[in-house]
Amino acid sequence: MTVTAFAFYVFAISAIGAGILVVFSRNPVHSVLWLILAFISAAGLFVLMGAEFVAMLLLIVYIGAVAVLFLFVVMMLDVDFAELKASMAEYLPLGLLIGVVLLIELGLVFAHWNFAPEAAALRASPTPSPAEIANTQALGAVLYDQYVYLFEIAGLILLVAMVGAIVLTLRHRPDVKRQDVVAQMHRDPKAAVTLIDMKPGQEGRAHGFRGK
Amino acid sequence: MMSADLFTTLPEILLVLMAMAALMWGAWGPGARIAPVLLRLLAWAMILVGLGLLALGGDGAQTAFSGMFVDDFYARVVKMLVLVAAGLVLLVGEAHLGKQNLLKFEFPILVVLAVTGMMLMISAGNLIGLYMGLELQSLSLYVIAAFNRNSVRSTEAGLKYFVLGALASGLLLYGASLVYGFTGTTDFAGITQALAEGARSLGLVVGLVLILIGLAFKISAVPFHMWTPDVYQGSPTPVTAFFATAPKFAAMALIARIAFDAFGGMKIDWAPVLGVLAVLSMFVGAFAAIGQKDIKRLMAYSSIAHMGFALLGLAAGTEVGVEAMLFYMAIYVAMNLGTFAFILSMEREGQHITEIAALSNFAALAPGRALALLILLFSMAGVPPFLGFFAKLEVLKAAWQAGLTGLVIAGVIASVIGAFYYLRIVYLMYFGPETEPMESRMSPTARVVLTLSAAAMLLGAVSTFGFEDLLAAAARSLVQ
Repeated sequence: MTVTAFAFYVFAISAIGAGILVVFSRNPVHSVLWLILAFISAAGLFVLMGAEFVAMLLLIVYIGAVAVLFLFVVMMLDVDFAELKASMAEYLPLGLLIGVVLLIELGLVFAHWNFAPEAAALRASPTPSPAEIANTQALGAVLYDQYVYLFEIAGLILLVAMVGAIVLTLRHRPDVKRQDVVAQMHRDPKAAVTLIDMKPGQEGRAHGFRGK
Repeated sequence: MMSADLFTTLPEILLVLMAMAALMWGAWGPGARIAPVLLRLLAWAMILVGLGLLALGGDGAQTAFSGMFVDDFYARVVKMLVLVAAGLVLLVGEAHLGKQNLLKFEFPILVVLAVTGMMLMISAGNLIGLYMGLELQSLSLYVIAAFNRNSVRSTEAGLKYFVLGALASGLLLYGASLVYGFTGTTDFAGITQALAEGARSLGLVVGLVLILIGLAFKISAVPFHMWTPDVYQGSPTPVTAFFATAPKFAAMALIARIAFDAFGGMKIDWAPVLGVLAVLSMFVGAFAAIGQKDIKRLMAYSSIAHMGFALLGLAAGTEVGVEAMLFYMAIYVAMNLGTFAFILSMEREGQHITEIAALSNFAALAPGRALALLILLFSMAGVPPFLGFFAKLEVLKAAWQAGLTGLVIAGVIASVIGAFYYLRIVYLMYFGPETEPMESRMSPTARVVLTLSAAAMLLGAVSTFGFEDLLAAAARSLVQ
């Protein structure tokens, strides 16, 4: 068994195992942690296929942002998971039915699947071979060169989304204290802190500290 | 190569840079106080960019970013009209926004970004570019529809518009993916070439129809008009005025662009679709408006009916038809600017009101304004001496020349039915019973816009001062 095949089986088995544990673990926080393991294994599989850009995306976007967001949600929202689990039994037959239907449909599709004769040639043309150019570089060339116009509009759309979210939700509340870093840094210690010489045995007197 | 591309898209780049500079100024600058200044600056900037675009652009056609952006005479003329309309709406709406405590500095910035999206739509030369421009425009519009966030109706308008708009985007994208699948390209030029080589197939027809449905949502053509009355009524009135003018024109121009630039070889497929949309819009717009009590809702149905007439011009599928559509839309926008300048001023005890009943006996109160409104309403109804009549005539003529006799007859009937509700308002203003008096406080800008648009409807019947030649040249540059 070559190293590549060994690595494939390690990643594949850990991906499947972690996936199963995501569903079956009792503690939702553990579920999210298993999900992260599943993501990492999938990233490993992508590296094995030579798609290092997708692997990095998976690490940065899914693990770095999405999984952490899940963790926050699980920890901050008071979701009663026991109750959710109880209703699962209720919907199990329906879910199974949909699953079976999907499976049959997939089977039908694959039974009748045949590639167009020119499909292989068409598929080969748009992407350069991985040996010539790293796929991160290839994507960059397409995204920032050929499609830079669309890329810039996408940036504008995100700007509008940000402005819109702020306009529609931000409320300036006068009673909230805000942090003013400059004011903090320019605070004079002489005006804020007083050092008092305490004699031993006097701690009973209550006026020892004077804070501002 | 790159610098030439940037130079071609200079107007858009200028607008975006201005919007971003304004955003920085608003966020770091002196705060809410500068909102009126920013609004005026951006409004005049839009108007100047629009006029400059036409004056300096020449009459050549060039593309940028490997054909994704098309800058031809058609695009420049439509952009000029859209920019001027958007700028005027901002100027007219300023006083009202300030009174309703809605004048935040983000408002003009969102309008500028929406207008940039419209310019990208008008200049689209690629299905992806089309979609991106459309989203940039729509997203800004969703936000300003919900701009009065303390009002349940405004929030509902924003949400409704957003959900239905997302559905329309989904349909459009589905259509675009089918077109891509059946032609192998997203470039309009590539689609034209594929059609010339005989690529027309059922899948492509379905794709085309889905794209048209997505765009019909944006111009609120029946049966994709359901969002319009609620959104028009719920949004703050200056926003409604904006919705009724610039985005409609841009989306209509986009339909013409995609029909002629990309699917010129499938006229037999899209012309009947547009014809059906036109007839349904004219009739639903005419009938549903009759029972309305709110003038903003009435304007919503009126705009639906007007879209039907403009589509009639496009359904002809000829150069004359495109010219008629442009003429109709330009006049529609001018009439709406004037009418909304008046609607924005409707007040009672300091509160903005929109009931039609409040207009009762208004002519005794302010004869001049009542007369201006009378001219505009007559023009919208298509009563002969006014410009609105000639707009309808051009459209019907174009459809007649294309042999669409049935559509022409339907159009005439619908315009007669539609005349009823415009005349009802005129009747109320002049002969209505005396009710609680309504005030009409207009800013000088609003007064100028109302007067100018009413005067244009009157004088336009005598001469359009070369405006028609401009539109004819624009139509010629689209349909070659």
